[in-house]
Amino acid sequence: MIAALTKISGNAPTRIWHTETNLPGCDLIVIPGGFSHGDYLRSGAIAARAPVMQAVRQAASKGTRILGVCNGFQTLTESALLPGALMRNAGLTFVCKEVKLEIANADNPFTAGYKKGEVIRCPVAHHDGNYFADPKTLKSLEDNDQVAFRYAEGTNPNGSLNDIAGIFNKAGNVLGMMPHPENLVEPEHSGTDGRRLFEGAMNLLSKEAA
Amino acid sequence: MTKTIEVTPQLAADHGLSEDEYSRIVELTGRTPTFTELGIWSAMWNEHCSYKSSKKWLKTLPTEGPRVVHGPGENAGVVDIGDDDVVVFKMESHNHPSFIEPYQGAATGVGGILRDVFTMGARPIASMNALRFGEPGHSKTRHLVSGVVAGVGGYGNSFGVPCVGGEVNFHPRYNGNILVNAFAAGIAKKDGIYISKAEGIGLPVVYLGAKTGRDGVGGATMASAEFDDSIDEKRPTVQVGDPFTEKCLLEACLELMASGAVIAIQDMGAAGLTCSAVEMGARGDLGILLDLDKVPVREENMSPYEMMLSESQERMLMVLRPEKEDEAKAIFVKWDLDFAIVGETTNDLRFRILHRGEEVADLPIKELGDEAPEYDRPWVEPGSHSDMEPHLFAPPHDYNAALIKMLGSPDLSSRRWVWEQYDTWIQGNSLQLPGGDAGVVRVDGHPCKALAFSSDVTPRYVEADPYEGGKQAVAECYRNLISVGAEPLAATDNLNFGNPEKPEIMGTFVASIRGIGEACSALKMPIVSGNVSLYNETNGEAILPTPTIGGVGLIEDHAKTARIGAADEGDVLFLVGTEATHLAQSIYQREILGEEAGPGPKVDLLMEKARGDFVLAAIKSEYASACHDISDGGLAIALAEMCMASGLGMKIEFEYTYPHAALFGEDQARYIVAVDEEWANMFAANSEGSGVSFLRIGQVAGNRLIINDLVDISVDDMKQAHEAWFPEFMGTPALAQAAE
Repeated sequence: MIAALTKISGNAPTRIWHTETNLPGCDLIVIPGGFSHGDYLRSGAIAARAPVMQAVRQAASKGTRILGVCNGFQTLTESALLPGALMRNAGLTFVCKEVKLEIANADNPFTAGYKKGEVIRCPVAHHDGNYFADPKTLKSLEDNDQVAFRYAEGTNPNGSLNDIAGIFNKAGNVLGMMPHPENLVEPEHSGTDGRRLFEGAMNLLSKEAA
Repeated sequence: MTKTIEVTPQLAADHGLSEDEYSRIVELTGRTPTFTELGIWSAMWNEHCSYKSSKKWLKTLPTEGPRVVHGPGENAGVVDIGDDDVVVFKMESHNHPSFIEPYQGAATGVGGILRDVFTMGARPIASMNALRFGEPGHSKTRHLVSGVVAGVGGYGNSFGVPCVGGEVNFHPRYNGNILVNAFAAGIAKKDGIYISKAEGIGLPVVYLGAKTGRDGVGGATMASAEFDDSIDEKRPTVQVGDPFTEKCLLEACLELMASGAVIAIQDMGAAGLTCSAVEMGARGDLGILLDLDKVPVREENMSPYEMMLSESQERMLMVLRPEKEDEAKAIFVKWDLDFAIVGETTNDLRFRILHRGEEVADLPIKELGDEAPEYDRPWVEPGSHSDMEPHLFAPPHDYNAALIKMLGSPDLSSRRWVWEQYDTWIQGNSLQLPGGDAGVVRVDGHPCKALAFSSDVTPRYVEADPYEGGKQAVAECYRNLISVGAEPLAATDNLNFGNPEKPEIMGTFVASIRGIGEACSALKMPIVSGNVSLYNETNGEAILPTPTIGGVGLIEDHAKTARIGAADEGDVLFLVGTEATHLAQSIYQREILGEEAGPGPKVDLLMEKARGDFVLAAIKSEYASACHDISDGGLAIALAEMCMASGLGMKIEFEYTYPHAALFGEDQARYIVAVDEEWANMFAANSEGSGVSFLRIGQVAGNRLIINDLVDISVDDMKQAHEAWFPEFMGTPALAQAAE
């Protein structure tokens, strides 16, 4: 993730240690994937209780944009910054494959680089990506247009409800997604469909800053 | 456990030591050893740690070359890839533990090989796994496949290294002993390599990583024994893995090395604290004094015997510069890892252990490390088979049906079910994923350099003719690297055999090493690291001889590579090589005719080299778009695999003598190359100019594979057959299919 962010933005992101309690001023906080604490309890459960997450919660409430990918998404649901939970994949095994994603909501800086309804390629790699929420939460997600990405064309790899691959919080500044757009950002990756997520977010952020 | 356990010849025998070995131990100790000392001797002198049966023959392998920085003897081999970078790699088996407890056995196999690589200062960038299971119908096979694959993935995915290749095969001869051979490669700076040889007297010996428990006590001794029906009783000798701690250990070790604090480092693998301490001391001509009361433990009242033989994972031993001690400790505290000074280097060449103020071991360190017995075990030259002409094999009634059946057979079907459980993209540098000829990973920080990885052996060929089979394992690995456009650099070998005390098994071992050595010399792929796994037998039945070769190749410019699925409509297809005639030991013979007999194909190493050089040059000059080597299943299977990878059909028309041999024969040194029509004549002219045999066999066209009037099948039907077998075998519910 750090390599992809550096390549796309031209700047190396600042890395924050999990025991920090303050965050430097920033436009975007990214919680990357990667089996934090081994996921030995529940995926993301221990990371969600790391000291740094208190500062992340504060930043979220102030409107700072936050992206959580894979384990980052799990950490965001475990810290209640996003609703629902990510359960074990329906097939009970780790799944690493390419899927199709439909852009369900393009009215957000994170998805502004795409068109609503557009279908893109994206890799997934996870053991616990089966999105679940109770019917009421699910309905409110759908009613508020909080679904960012859906698995498309029958490629739901994990049994997620409503084919949900990524969601926004109600305010729209927090995005969590299981797929890994950062692994499809260069021609050498055999495609650049993931790149527009970062570029879209950066374009809008720089416009906002101007 | 009390210290009064009396050491007797019987107890020594229970530790796997022979009478002669025990007498020698008593002589070298100068008295009857204590129980702890006996444990230490047995750990150092077992087959797994001492290579006592294989050493004589391993010495015959070519291990040097212009790019080799460190050959066998260190934790992993080190090869120069230019720009002051080196690739560090090794393959190692975890066969016995994986059969007893498949998830943890496989997981800790991956953990062990990753540690071997980063102990040397390299950051792991790629892994592979060569797995061999019993026949699909055997009652244990599904359970073992499911556990091993989950274990490999569970550890590697969490640690964060992409798995870019490997092998999965099935054969009844692995029913009682599966093989799990794990490969890892990392990249380091040439001047940033660390080795295990300690230097300096009175320096702190530091224990790092996870705490010591009772898991894995006696694992290395277990791995040097045959199995019998009491196998389930051995489960406590299997270690338990913690990939998150290993990831922290990786980061902490690399940070520590960058700080300049490390003099010597050794990971605690087989025989844990014993083996790592003895190796550091013996190699540096130093004594080591350890105080076990300082070792971080996670269980109460462990005896010195248990602590010295524990194989708890994710642990390291280092010798540090004393002035850097505080800095080093701060790094490990940051990563939440244990850091304890547990001893010091001494000038007495003794290996001394203190426990609760008492000296529980005092042994000569050089003798422990270097004077393990070395055997010239009796061996017999393997028998030979007479050649079998194609007319001795029945042709299929229906070529389409035969091709479909072979594509969907256990050994040729798609391994998607397996590799989709491994993270293949992590680190963002994977350029070619499993399913092609070789995995390709670019070198981070370099504009265009990449490395290619392949793991190969055809055990049925080795069984039929160990010498030719040994050559073939290297040759196929070489071809796979060539097929993606990589220059083969070097290899690691993982030699899996049965009981070396049987002259027939030893003869197979000797002959296959001879073949491997000749091929490595001819194809300029020196062996830079490796591992030997013997005693792979259950109730007296040995596995198929399986010398797995893990090869590494260099791609100077990853814009100039070839892939199995990169052919375009209209591309001209060339067979580099000649019409096949060899059907003995082929997949056709086994799957269609239901027998395994005769000799494997012969390997002409000069021809391999000439054709490999030619194909590599064609790929590098960018007029070969797609390339695939011809191996299991012959020409027809290779063509089908290219069609399935590209989604495009082929129209093939060529002259043959025996159609079934031409389509399914497994003659060696052959490739299929797809060339843009514009360049086809030039390719042909260059072949002729280089004296390389070739046949222009057809073109990429449509969506069916059509071969003369023999085969006519849609690409979709082939995919269906190819993809179906593994999920059906594993009983996996059909969730979403692959996106493509």
